[in-house]
Amino acid sequence: MKLIRLKIAILAIVCSAASSMAGHAESLAVRNCTWCHGASAQGYTPAPRLAGQRYQYLENELASFHAHTRDNPFSKQYMWGAAANLSARTARNLAIYFSTLPPKAANDGDRESAALGRTIYQEGMPDSNIVACVVCHGPKAEGVGAVPRLGGLESSYLKRRLKQWGEGYHAAAGPPMPHIAGNLSPNQIEALASYLSFIK
Amino acid sequence: MRVVGTQLALQIAILAVVFTGTGRADDVQAKIGYCKDCHGPSAQGYRGFFPIPRLAGQQPEYLENQLRAFIEHRRTNNIMFNVAHTLSPGMIAALAAQFRQLNPKPIGGAPKQLVATGKKIFEDGMPDINIAACAACHGPDATGSGQIPRLAGQLYPYVIKELTNWGKERGQNPAKPDTSAIMSPVAHSLNKSQIEAVAAFVSSLN
Repeated sequence: MKLIRLKIAILAIVCSAASSMAGHAESLAVRNCTWCHGASAQGYTPAPRLAGQRYQYLENELASFHAHTRDNPFSKQYMWGAAANLSARTARNLAIYFSTLPPKAANDGDRESAALGRTIYQEGMPDSNIVACVVCHGPKAEGVGAVPRLGGLESSYLKRRLKQWGEGYHAAAGPPMPHIAGNLSPNQIEALASYLSFIK
Repeated sequence: MRVVGTQLALQIAILAVVFTGTGRADDVQAKIGYCKDCHGPSAQGYRGFFPIPRLAGQQPEYLENQLRAFIEHRRTNNIMFNVAHTLSPGMIAALAAQFRQLNPKPIGGAPKQLVATGKKIFEDGMPDINIAACAACHGPDATGSGQIPRLAGQLYPYVIKELTNWGKERGQNPAKPDTSAIMSPVAHSLNKSQIEAVAAFVSSLN
């Protein structure tokens, strides 16, 4: 880890010496992200896809890593450090950049449980007080504003996030996700994650 | 054995009564939590992919009528049909009564420059195109009355959506005509910028 930091520092010095253009520093910041999130930002387990994500959402998440309010283990381990020295302006520029990249669907869920996932997502389960995700996240799980795009994310990432809400992580993000996800059974989480992973 | 059996039956019966007693209050609270998942923690409304209306402070009679309208296909909305058709009449009344009690600040977000025009339409109407003052029915504070909804603090994009789509969303069951017919000519006569102005004004009201 220290070695990587040293390498980054050397690279930074080399790059800034080679060019003092502001754009160059920005592309270096992008490279810092793509090392884990993949060259076209399609995600690289366990780092989620960033391509096509809503920029307001990415910006909010970067701010919450910075403020340590997104507090699940992987966030602590990787993203707190990554966002520690990020200025608000750079965070916004990165968010906008990644939001413009075309997303690809992970397609890695379980086909059989995707049917139940579709029902929960599109219609909800009113008898068990489970709301339809579509109302906020959109008919194609494309998200809007600060509401994230979920369609085509890796199923293991979706599953982990949905499970973590119920475990008390990310509570600072506020309602409604802790309450909604906290009421989902493991089976329902599996189904939703599977369904969403196939959406283009 | 018979005595034991009777005693057991009695105990079960008592237990059942106790459980239904607390069960109903718990059911209402659970259902309210479910409503708030979409409509916001204070039922102030939420801008999701679709605008989700404010329920806080709404007229109970209006809310009850709308929930029934979803069930009876007078008002078309697939999501709300799913939500409403599982609700008992007692639950509908209990929910409407609870939302009436809430009074959060409006969430805002409407263009401020439209508010003055909207206020004029709301208070004076537009006599030359035969539009009555909104205040005449919805009240000077836009708080509504009976089946006439409160508009104060309602979401800007939601009011726009409703006024724009009135004839396609409301009064859709010919066998069951309802009070939505009153709004039909008004919504139809308003143009886009007038709708936006009125929406901006009512969304700004406490």
